[in-house]
Amino acid sequence: MLLLERRSVDSSIMRWASPVLALVLTVVTGFILFLVMGKDPVAGLTFFFITPVSDLIGLAELGLKMAPLLLCAAGLTVCYRARVWNIGAEGHFLMGALGASIVSVQLVDASGFWVLPVVLIAGVLAGMLWAAIAAGLKTHLHCNEILTTIMLNYIALNLLLYAVHGPLKDPYGFGFPQSVMFGEASLLPALIPGTRLHLGLAFGLLAAVAVWVLFARTFIGFQLNVVGQDRRAAAFAGFGARRLTWFAFMVGGATAGLAGASEVTGPIGQLVPQVSPGYGYTAIIVVFLGRMHAMGIIAASALLALTFMGGEILQIAMNMPRAITGLFQGLLLFYLLTCDAFIHYRIRLKQPVRKSTPRAAAAANQEA
Amino acid sequence: MTAALRLKLENIVKEYPGCRANDGIDLTVKAGEIHALLGENGAGKSTLMKVIYGVLQPDEGRMLWNGHPVRVTSPAQARAMGIGMVFQHFSLFETLTVAENIALGLPAFEARDRRQLEQRICEVSNRYGMALSPKRYVSTLSVGERQRVEIVRCLIQETTLLILDEPTSVLTPQEVTTLFTTLRLLAKEGCSILFISHKLEEVRSLCHTATVLRQGRVSGDCRPADVSATDIARLMVGNDTPISTRVPAAEPGDVLLEVRNLSWKSRDPFGTSLQDVSLNLHQGEIVGIAGVAGNGQDELLKALSGEIRVDRGDMDLGGQSIGALSPDQRRKLGVAIVPEERLGRGAVPDMSLAENALLTASGQGLVGRGLIRFDKVREFSREVIRRFGVRCNGEDSTARSLSGGNLQKYIIGREALQNPRLLVASHPTWGVDVGSAVAIHEALVRLRDEGASILLISEDLDELFQLCSRIGAVCHGRLSPLAPTAGLSIEQLGEWMAGGFESAEATYAAA
Repeated sequence: MLLLERRSVDSSIMRWASPVLALVLTVVTGFILFLVMGKDPVAGLTFFFITPVSDLIGLAELGLKMAPLLLCAAGLTVCYRARVWNIGAEGHFLMGALGASIVSVQLVDASGFWVLPVVLIAGVLAGMLWAAIAAGLKTHLHCNEILTTIMLNYIALNLLLYAVHGPLKDPYGFGFPQSVMFGEASLLPALIPGTRLHLGLAFGLLAAVAVWVLFARTFIGFQLNVVGQDRRAAAFAGFGARRLTWFAFMVGGATAGLAGASEVTGPIGQLVPQVSPGYGYTAIIVVFLGRMHAMGIIAASALLALTFMGGEILQIAMNMPRAITGLFQGLLLFYLLTCDAFIHYRIRLKQPVRKSTPRAAAAANQEA
Repeated sequence: MTAALRLKLENIVKEYPGCRANDGIDLTVKAGEIHALLGENGAGKSTLMKVIYGVLQPDEGRMLWNGHPVRVTSPAQARAMGIGMVFQHFSLFETLTVAENIALGLPAFEARDRRQLEQRICEVSNRYGMALSPKRYVSTLSVGERQRVEIVRCLIQETTLLILDEPTSVLTPQEVTTLFTTLRLLAKEGCSILFISHKLEEVRSLCHTATVLRQGRVSGDCRPADVSATDIARLMVGNDTPISTRVPAAEPGDVLLEVRNLSWKSRDPFGTSLQDVSLNLHQGEIVGIAGVAGNGQDELLKALSGEIRVDRGDMDLGGQSIGALSPDQRRKLGVAIVPEERLGRGAVPDMSLAENALLTASGQGLVGRGLIRFDKVREFSREVIRRFGVRCNGEDSTARSLSGGNLQKYIIGREALQNPRLLVASHPTWGVDVGSAVAIHEALVRLRDEGASILLISEDLDELFQLCSRIGAVCHGRLSPLAPTAGLSIEQLGEWMAGGFESAEATYAAA
């Protein structure tokens, strides 16, 4: 019989092996899935994982999708390190997109270098505003942030839909729910000429570096870690949990808001209802897959960006449903969480009853 | 003595990975004998008890019960043989009655007849002077009464060897006296008692014989009544550790801390509220707060540290009101706190010692412009380790990897090196080996001699009488008067610990 037993010391190998193992298991499961569906599994996996990044355009597209994931994930890392379970990056992102669009639409004909920063800052502020609601509910009314942030995500989406169907709708847009095209001055410059890759990726990488500095060098990062690891020690040391919760939410709101603003001022150039394919939710997977570490989330955001592109290609090339992206992301998170259990636990073959491990027996008896 | 051998252990060996907890232990307990098992934490007492009670199987050695070799494979078997054990941490369900709790440990056929069981509980508890009502809910019982439930539970099963693991650590002196009367009566009737403790005076007054363990081996046997406590302590710690003696009191200076009518209502229905706590602390003195666990000690500490904001009352530190300040603001004014829980409050378990220095010592130039100065942090941490003799693998070892005593030395050192004006220490030597305890006491005395005020919250009365110039007790969140140690009897303090200090307040009000 198999026995799940607590390790005396957490496995540090497993901490980093777990994401790799999860990826392998996801690929294996994908392989079986393709087989069952009667598709060629090798071709399917190639289309999903290899084809999207086989040329420069593809790599640029990967960077394009990485940018919002990385920005959102950087903010969420700050939250999750402090055990603030903010699920609201999607909502912050949508509000950021909406806020930036509102300002940008007013400035269609404006020119000058100041236009873009103003638009981006509007997005950042909108994301922070949205995060502030959840932060206030948590610190002052003790509302569970998981619930409030999820609910706020839906409110944000509906606000955005209202805007594109109403006040922000392009009067000459043939009735399509979308805003006017933004002016040239409020668009992000391209990073690689000839591709759609824009400055947003630089923001993302910068945010990841900032997160690294925050936790490796600064006292407030240390305080966030303490609050996350040991709330009572934090209270004892006088690291105000309320202040740190606000800090985490504000960083999360700002980065996700910037991600939303970069998305509308980058490749899209206008506000559309489907501005996010779920970047804010996928960023949660990025954070856990990346072990809440700067280098980790950069790698993980690239991988998750690939799942978006792979899903699109499979739709076209093999006529598969769009749900394939969500499926692979879900598998990845599922396997990751499963493998993570082995950081703290190990499997043992249970020996015959006679030789039961003394420690387990002692624990059982003490409880009895 | 001619009495029959109840229990004989021969060459018991029990090995854990990396540690030989029992290394060839011999032990003999006669019928009707009260036998003390002494030793520091980690000497192997608990392991040996678990071997006897069938929780653990020895790797080597033989156990004879009433002269016959036996193999005890489970506590159920041990109970059936007549071995009963009362653990330090009780295993009682608070939401059940006394009778229901006792019924749970009995074979089904005995537990079924509730009426008869209640009658037997009354019989047993009355015969041994342990008043106990079978119908009461355990949640309404005091700690002493809960211990009685555990003992009655053993006696009802016709126990002939009763093992008690540090039974007096949770009792007031009066309750200890009652317990000892019961134990003597039991012994007279032929029941053998194995009494685990590290309180030497108790052992000397109660036990017929004693076996002392050190580092998994028997370091000596003695008749405790015939030898001095120092001799026994010497057996426990070996020859290389100094054993502290009474510390002469220093001349106290001006009042540093003044607390007036502190009240705080607990938000937790099972917590303790503070009521009208008043005390003052002079520079260069150690004041002790005694009390049975859970009578408001932790709440008092939190009120002083700033972890909770009190509802009413004033706190002045050197003439400055600190009642409204946060923990870190108070720390900047020279308040240092050593909480009861080392891991999980005083230190973050999975962080390194260096990082744990940063927890409270960030004001010592370890942080500049929001950035951590790691060289300074390490330097500070190494200094604590060096000055306080913390045994560890350097400042990068995690707090979790240290033994209780060493981590406590580190925490005390971390606070002491910040030159506090006020140090509040809760149970600083609880569960700490004798060597570390001496080092911790020395550190406290040194701080006091440098002019700091120290509030020492402890359940160890020996420690309080040894270090403090004044002592009081908390009970149900109220604080007794603080009496000079010289004129305070242990009986008086015990009465205060039980809450009887209404009349005393008038006596000491003027003082």
